[in-house]
Amino acid sequence: MGHFAIVRRPFFWIIVAATALFALVPLWGNNVELRESLVLAAVYVTLASNLNLMIGYTGYVNFGNIVFFGLGGYFGVYFSNAFGWPLIPAALVGAAIVSGLAYLFGLGILRLRGAYFALATIGVNEAVRAFVQNFDPWGGASGLYIPISAFGQFGGPMQALWAIYFLLVLVMGLSLVLSYAIKSSKFGLGLLAIGQNEDAAAVLGVATPRYKAMAYSISAFLPAVAGALFFFKSAFIQPVDAFDLSLSVEVIVMLMLGGQGTVTGAAIGAFLYEELRGHLLTSATFSNFQLVIAGALLLLIVLFVPGGLMGWVHRRWPRTRTVLE
Amino acid sequence: MNGIIASILDGLLVGSVYGLAAMGLTLIWGVMNVINLTHGAIIVAGMFGVFLLATVLGVNAYASILPLVAASFVLGVGLYWVAVHRVIGQPPLMSLLSTFAVNLILIGLGTALWGTQLFNVTVTLPGLSLGRYTFPGTHIMAAVLAFVIAGLLYLFLHHTRLGKAVRAVANNREAAALVGIPTTWVLSLAFGLGVALACTAGALIATMFPFTVLSGSTYQVNSFVVTVLGGLGNPAGALLGGVALGLLEGLATPFMPVSWTSVIEFVLFVIVLIAFPRGLFNFRRS
Amino acid sequence: MSALLEVRGLGLSFGGLRAVNELSFEVAEGQIMGLIGPNGAGKSTVFNLINGVYKPDEGHVLFKGVDITGLAPYRVVRHGIARTHQIVQPLATMTVLENCTVGACFGADNLPLGRAREAAREVLGFVGLEDRAGMPAGQLTIAGKKRLELARALCARPTLLLLDEVLAGLNPSEVARMIDVIKRIRARGVAILIIEHLMQAIMSLSDRVVVLSTGEKLAEGAPQEVANDPAVIAAYLGDPGLSGAEQAP
Repeated sequence: MGHFAIVRRPFFWIIVAATALFALVPLWGNNVELRESLVLAAVYVTLASNLNLMIGYTGYVNFGNIVFFGLGGYFGVYFSNAFGWPLIPAALVGAAIVSGLAYLFGLGILRLRGAYFALATIGVNEAVRAFVQNFDPWGGASGLYIPISAFGQFGGPMQALWAIYFLLVLVMGLSLVLSYAIKSSKFGLGLLAIGQNEDAAAVLGVATPRYKAMAYSISAFLPAVAGALFFFKSAFIQPVDAFDLSLSVEVIVMLMLGGQGTVTGAAIGAFLYEELRGHLLTSATFSNFQLVIAGALLLLIVLFVPGGLMGWVHRRWPRTRTVLE
Repeated sequence: MNGIIASILDGLLVGSVYGLAAMGLTLIWGVMNVINLTHGAIIVAGMFGVFLLATVLGVNAYASILPLVAASFVLGVGLYWVAVHRVIGQPPLMSLLSTFAVNLILIGLGTALWGTQLFNVTVTLPGLSLGRYTFPGTHIMAAVLAFVIAGLLYLFLHHTRLGKAVRAVANNREAAALVGIPTTWVLSLAFGLGVALACTAGALIATMFPFTVLSGSTYQVNSFVVTVLGGLGNPAGALLGGVALGLLEGLATPFMPVSWTSVIEFVLFVIVLIAFPRGLFNFRRS
Repeated sequence: MSALLEVRGLGLSFGGLRAVNELSFEVAEGQIMGLIGPNGAGKSTVFNLINGVYKPDEGHVLFKGVDITGLAPYRVVRHGIARTHQIVQPLATMTVLENCTVGACFGADNLPLGRAREAAREVLGFVGLEDRAGMPAGQLTIAGKKRLELARALCARPTLLLLDEVLAGLNPSEVARMIDVIKRIRARGVAILIIEHLMQAIMSLSDRVVVLSTGEKLAEGAPQEVANDPAVIAAYLGDPGLSGAEQAP
């Protein structure tokens, strides 16, 4: 056995197949409209499954999780604009910085429990947003634009949009594989123990401060990469979009909808939510009510189906527990 | 120099209203260990409430506070039964999410009705002039009312039977139930009270500053900062914390662009949360 | 033979309350040491001081000659000390096997996942829980949970096991089974420091006994000596949890 044992499990191949499908479907017939909605879906699935590491596994509610996405976006765009770096290195280096900062920060704010931690993460997101709004090298409140010439690295804007789409789908696939791999590992077992009962876990020998900070740091990396890719593609980034607290909470809704703690739950919840949101936004009557519907949905889930969709599926068909984790 | 002092004094006045808002949050937190994420929406409701009564119906702004208190109390009790009652024994995530859900619903309805336009409540009240500086009458009135209400809350909590029941439930819910206190009713009462305080604060803020449907979130985070400064569950601390925050803002505004004050607020928030989890103004023994 | 565990001059106050005062005793390798005393004497506090949940105000805890005073609980486990709790703390939605796997993974030997699972299975067999390995821990009976608590601690491959009232809440046949398990643990060479109110059990199990009263050591010695010590008898008089005839319902 070894670290790559998950390759032998059926669920791994389900993830690979789903990801491949995601990538190939819009390619068929060059369906640009579908691709754009799938871009958003890929981003949401990435955010939700990485957030799952904190909420579903470790039991810490990171309300301000969007800060990783936003910072990754800013670093990526900045490295591209200011130093002319190609997108992929810009995204990876930026994500590494965000991850590193998250580890250091994590050691501090993860000393807080429950609601205190949740509030602190909101504080961190808002502080970063307020800071960036005043930070001129990053465009302040007006944000940063990416010149069209930057898309030349892919051979032009059209090719760039497709290339970035595939990269985002890859990041999504990696996120799912990562959360599955962690769940099946010793590290994941430690996180799950912390999520069940942190003090008992510590007494059992789980190095809780380090483990929590690692989870926080790991959960920052791929969202940061996704941020760099997404905002580069949009050719524009500004604080109010990058550090959008309501999106941050919507990611939590997606996770609750799908079923926190499960890999499939994060994916399905994010996907379903994105579809729902997309349909609501296009309908004139509902676009104003998008928040109302999100709120009502969340309330119903919290009150009546806290295990989400996968919680229900696992209870109804216990055999699925091992196949659809 | 005089400019700074005037700024500080005005900050103290405005800060007392911050404190009033935070008292609502901290009361609920202290009694039932629930962080009310509808807090911002309630503040906005208070703003619109006084707007509707004063500007549309022509009632005196300050007189309209009384019906608002009553209405918001009822709303608060209702909110308790809808969003909080079922999740009260569960992990904190659940109540965070349920109250947040209601917040989304309320703000969503608000933006659907009123969009994001700016509203204003005009109150004509003579100001107080000290030297070259005039303190707006609305600020003084708001601060006075904030302290009066805080005083009434204190009297309620410490000198009435119902208030004692609230403190008993806050202290130890099981023990309170054992001595015959109807804990669920007390919890709903406390929630209603917390909401009423937030709503009133919103009404007072509306007399001082213009607002939009989205202003709630700024004041909500503001309340969090104040609550954390004052110590969770500590209304007196919240009032002091509010005044302190107002003082900080008053000190900062002459020296730096307004946008930086929020950075400082949030950084302070995180630092106080980590370094002083019981707040700076918590003088009770734990 | 130098002591396995050495507690020297341990002291801790909670505000104005002196919970533990000037406490010193030793546990030798492979020994079963009983820790008894009236309710509120500070016995669980002593456990918390040994395994790092509390930091002492004064004094030292030495294990295998190393000063482990005030180390975080997860580090103490690495040195070879494991403990159970008075109020059992199963990781409720995880299975019995997973609970033990956690213990084996993060215990003294720091095993990788696969080997930890095997070790966990072995321990489950040892304590007699193997038939319930796949059951969510929260669904066990109280006796099962107590046994799981013990099994989980054993999975950490400790040299010293701290047992906090493992017999409380068990009926007589369950008590007998648990005592049997404890004897077999000692036979494997694990030293045990055991807090118990069931006098017959602790007197028959222990090689030596330490008596605590209001945070201070009242007496120490072989079970029979201690049982006949007038100061010990005086401390217990009036304590309803005392006599050996008392059994949990």
